Amino acid sequence: MAATVRIPTVLRPAMGGLTTVSVEGATIGAVLAELTSTYPLIESQLLNKDGSLHRFLNVYVNDDDVRYIGGVDAPVSDDDEITLLPAVAGGFL
Amino acid sequence: MLNLTPALRDAMVATCIRALPNEGCGLILGRVAGDDATVTEVVASPNVAESARIYEVDSRVLFQAFRRADVEGLSVLGVFHSHTHSEAYPSPTDVRQAPDPQWHYILVSLRDIPAVVRSFRIEGDTVTSEEIYIED
Repeated sequence: MAATVRIPTVLRPAMGGLTTVSVEGATIGAVLAELTSTYPLIESQLLNKDGSLHRFLNVYVNDDDVRYIGGVDAPVSDDDEITLLPAVAGGFL
Repeated sequence: MLNLTPALRDAMVATCIRALPNEGCGLILGRVAGDDATVTEVVASPNVAESARIYEVDSRVLFQAFRRADVEGLSVLGVFHSHTHSEAYPSPTDVRQAPDPQWHYILVSLRDIPAVVRSFRIEGDTVTSEEIYIED
């Protein structure tokens, strides 16, 4: 058993076009580490060099933004649905 | 081409005016047919950056928009945001941070009255203006 990770459009080219992948891991940090070990091209878009979540990535476990439930330590259970969405941001800088 | 109704256009402009002096922002939902897209819903978001120079859509609004699009059989077509004192054209930051090459990027300029609304496609560093068709 494992959690299902929904992949956003921008990451799919580096992941063979997959829209979802099944990943084992007890925390968001473990799930993302497993994901980036399989698909190393996406690592810089998911994590900072210190292992923290990238500023412009939103990660959700089921309906919860992980920023509010522990960040990379947020727990993940079998059958959870994890959604990755790039932050939508910009501006006149 | 991006199809809009006057009411949806006005909803985007109103969101941006309410956000003043900061930039306003939100998402657009609708249907895609080839290169054309039709906006059916405007989802306003707080600008969590709370800035007159940058914007960021609230992560919870973003998630709920994708969830609702799934439930309703729609697509998240893109994002709109305002430039309070500059033209309706993507800034270098907008281009660098554009999250999806399939999206439509709507700029609302509040520099002049009436507000100017334009739409763009952003793929890599390439910005292309697209026509907005306002349906009556």
